[in-house]
Amino acid sequence: MAAPRPYTLVAELTYRCPLRCLYCSNPVNFHALRAELSTEQWRQTFSEAAKLGVVQLHLSGGEPLLRPDLPELIGHARGCDLYTNLITSGTLLTAEKLRQFRDCGLDHIQLSIQDSERQTAELVAGVRSYDKKLEVARLIKEAGFPLTLNVVLHRFNIEHVPALIAQAAELGAQRLELANTQYYAWALENRTRLMPTQTQYAQAETAARDARARYRGTMEIAFVRVDYFYDQPKACMGGWARTYMCITPTGEVLPCHAAHVIPGLHFDSVRDQSLSTIWRHSPALNAFRGDDWMQEPCRSCPQKTIDFGGCRCQALLLTGDAAATDPVCRLSPHHQVVVEASVRAEQPEASSLVYRDRQNSERLSVRS
Amino acid sequence: MVDDPTTWTPHLSSKARLRWDEVGKQHMLVFPEAALMLNETAAAILKLCDGARTVEQITDTLAQQFIGADRQIIAEEVTALLTRLQTRGLLEA
Repeated sequence: MAAPRPYTLVAELTYRCPLRCLYCSNPVNFHALRAELSTEQWRQTFSEAAKLGVVQLHLSGGEPLLRPDLPELIGHARGCDLYTNLITSGTLLTAEKLRQFRDCGLDHIQLSIQDSERQTAELVAGVRSYDKKLEVARLIKEAGFPLTLNVVLHRFNIEHVPALIAQAAELGAQRLELANTQYYAWALENRTRLMPTQTQYAQAETAARDARARYRGTMEIAFVRVDYFYDQPKACMGGWARTYMCITPTGEVLPCHAAHVIPGLHFDSVRDQSLSTIWRHSPALNAFRGDDWMQEPCRSCPQKTIDFGGCRCQALLLTGDAAATDPVCRLSPHHQVVVEASVRAEQPEASSLVYRDRQNSERLSVRS
Repeated sequence: MVDDPTTWTPHLSSKARLRWDEVGKQHMLVFPEAALMLNETAAAILKLCDGARTVEQITDTLAQQFIGADRQIIAEEVTALLTRLQTRGLLEA
């Protein structure tokens, strides 16, 4: 089928990061993926992305501030008229760097916050960072940037949603993303410790919905669901390689940041081919476009043009087959796997926490 | 709701950027996580939202630009667009 127009590019500039978050979406074998694209390769990639129709550029990681060429990359992205968003943990930001980014044309900053309480925030991040992040949020506002705060929700902080909303309003955020943990990569390793109970989840959702009405027009509040608690799958990424692409630090073009878990797919790299060629012709990006790949019960399901069969990575991780129906769907023969995981969350096990760091990455890579 | 059209001087909020989209050959309003495709009228309205003109002055200017158009219809279009954008936090007073 003809390749659709992409609107969003997530550029993961590096997997290096000073934080060790329990839910990190970077691959568990990140330690082995160190050959980062050069400045010139990223510049070329941004230019090609803009020509393809990309509008939104997210500079992400790891921590993008660990790239010394970040100001140059921001300037080039703005030169391509991309809406340029910096996704950062904030711990390396200073007033001087913010001025520099503003001069380069950065449009927007998304800062991660782990919790409204210091102790849990630092337990989850695995490093001291709470005070610095609050200071940085204020510096971002002082520098005149629009600010989104992103909080990943899980058992440790989900009861603090009302406090998190109040804190975001106090910090002057224009947007608050309350994003429930999605269980891939490091989060999957920690699933039994991170998954909230259904009661905790329902209360958080209600709090977010009430606040959304209260802050309408001043602070937008997004709430990303725990799909395990539903019986219809999410329309993951709005469909495989449809409007969204993610480029890894080493240059591979993926339909989402988790897709490298799917065995048998070879993701082409911007080191070897133009982004335009990859977007249109990469066999991995074409693998799950449209609906020719679908099996039953998706194939004959009227929902298939709405949910696209759910998430391919989740299908692989929980059923062993990336072309299966997402087991979140009640029609999936594997739906019980998801139900059991959410039932287990009612009585969490005392498993140890697996921090995202080099040592754990090496250990987990051996396992796989 | 849109404030008093004789005194309100709207401008785009800092998170929103109006740009030309070369691929779709139309204007587009871009902001975090989304974009709105704009028709010619909507783009003309937003270009006039400079924080100095009142909503009434914006309507007057458009009525001069689109010769023959009914001023009342233009006023309604301006109000509808600004209300929609204000609800999404895309305008500042």
